[in-house]
Amino acid sequence: MNTSVQTKKEEELMAFTAEKLAHYTEFTKKIRRHIVKMTHKAGSGHPGGSLSATELLTVLFFEHMNVDPKNPRWEERDCFFLSKGHCTPVYYSVLAEKGFFPVEELMTFRNVDGRLHGHPCSEHCPGVDISSGSLGQGLSVANGVAMAAKLDGKSRRSYVMIGDGELQEGQVWEAAMTTPHYGLDNVCAIIDWNKIQLDDYVENVKGLADLAGKWKSFGWHVIEIDGHNLNEVDDAFREAKATKGKPTAILAHTIKGKGISFMENTHKWHGLAPNDEELDIALKELV
Amino acid sequence: MTQLKAPREGYSEALIRLGERYKEMVVLDADCAKSNMTNLFKDKFPDRFFNIGISECDLVGTAAGFAVGGKIPFANAYANFLTGRAFDQMRIVVCYANNNVKIVGHNAGTSAAQEGATHLPLEDISLMRTLPRMTVIVPADSLEMEKAVEAVFQHEGPVYLRVGKLPVPVVTKPEDPFVIGKANLYQEGSDVTIISTGIMLSEVFKAAEELKQRGVSAEVIHVHTIKPIDKETILKSAAKTGRVVTVEEHSIIGGLGSAVSEVLSEHQPTPMRRVGTQDRFGVSGKMNELLDFFGLRAANIVNAVEELLEPVTAQ
Repeated sequence: MNTSVQTKKEEELMAFTAEKLAHYTEFTKKIRRHIVKMTHKAGSGHPGGSLSATELLTVLFFEHMNVDPKNPRWEERDCFFLSKGHCTPVYYSVLAEKGFFPVEELMTFRNVDGRLHGHPCSEHCPGVDISSGSLGQGLSVANGVAMAAKLDGKSRRSYVMIGDGELQEGQVWEAAMTTPHYGLDNVCAIIDWNKIQLDDYVENVKGLADLAGKWKSFGWHVIEIDGHNLNEVDDAFREAKATKGKPTAILAHTIKGKGISFMENTHKWHGLAPNDEELDIALKELV
Repeated sequence: MTQLKAPREGYSEALIRLGERYKEMVVLDADCAKSNMTNLFKDKFPDRFFNIGISECDLVGTAAGFAVGGKIPFANAYANFLTGRAFDQMRIVVCYANNNVKIVGHNAGTSAAQEGATHLPLEDISLMRTLPRMTVIVPADSLEMEKAVEAVFQHEGPVYLRVGKLPVPVVTKPEDPFVIGKANLYQEGSDVTIISTGIMLSEVFKAAEELKQRGVSAEVIHVHTIKPIDKETILKSAAKTGRVVTVEEHSIIGGLGSAVSEVLSEHQPTPMRRVGTQDRFGVSGKMNELLDFFGLRAANIVNAVEELLEPVTAQ
């Protein structure tokens, strides 16, 4: 098994142009507006972990994922698995903006007759590669797709987003052993490290100790970034793609509830929808 | 003399035959390849065999990924660990996500023998039966297993296939049909319907013979597909005989007995008895000893039939 690692030097990584940076700065605000509006309309949902993952998912889908919104099941596509399945507000917002379904449909989030269920359903929602919602399962699935791609000599890549609290699920670590064992350098795991889970801070519930050390010791190439810095996010995905022989884990430091003052850094907004007044304040902050 | 052959042998042979024909077939195991005889597939097609290690949840999740990636995966492990530990994975990324994954539970029933209660899968059928979209198949012997594997491969959608480890009598015939969801009628009768699944068919044949000696005419139906169950055949036979005995190498809670009683009680309530393991764990013992221990013998079936034949007033 090839374990040699080639990574691009930092200076070779391409920073966003000022124009692009300005575009994504505005665009991520738009995504955040979708998040608060759709959870407000539904009266439930998970804004906290959606707001922390906004830059990561935006840059991934608009700069790196090889997908065709007109043909969601295209056999050469890159796959994405939202292992932290509750963060559908950001996921659906990015899929809609990417063109998998109409943006207006976001307002049917969690409706009984809609296809944007509380947790993603691959059968109903175009662009969703696997149903999720029971934590801990995404990396195994990402591995399977990556193994099938290797078997067929295809260049398709497999991305998975895992929550930091979700790392308490044992299956994540079963799968984290599988990925490097099979040399799956076409797998990229993104850890949305927002430090907070449903009940409390992750460190108070069951701490992660040396998280980078854990992934490294499992045989992964580890990149630690500020998950809200668009340039760092983009660079990390480029570095992951350029890394051969082993899989890459992007440990993205993020802020739960990022972008809305009263939602930041609290577990209160893990799974709570804003009321009318809170929505108004949020939207003003996202102008 | 009836031939004895382990269902896993038929499984392994069929797997290899299919592997030769279909390049999209991949086989995964959880460090039981020798015991499950998937190692023979590995020897033949090393690039399409993946040992995922001792991690059933990861095994099932990875298999789902293979299906997303365009393959037809067979995920193998010991039946109890597979269905017990990885139930949630089967529920979410296999059945709910509607992925074409074949789940193969080995060491089924009493064939785990001397390993003891931890290794005796007596609840796997119940668990798998509750999952929407899951097809559940329990073949009678090695020969029917071979036909089942082919049908399972051709079937589009999630399947649970139950495979025994130790040799059992080959009682089906090469010409017997195998259609998923269609029960096989092996013997016509008028006094009682005996419905079996899995390896109990050989004991059912013995029981039917014994009953014949006693002047009781038994109809014998073999249900290799527990889900979807063949309601039509069951209801037709129950209407004819008015009495039903189910026989399974599995708990009577949730397995074949439950499935048949659900069909009958909804459509035409019929007196019945369920032969199977009771609400209990197993012990260590040779397979034959365990069949005695659990009361899974022809004599037990005959007793159940005779109970049903007693006049209602005498019960």
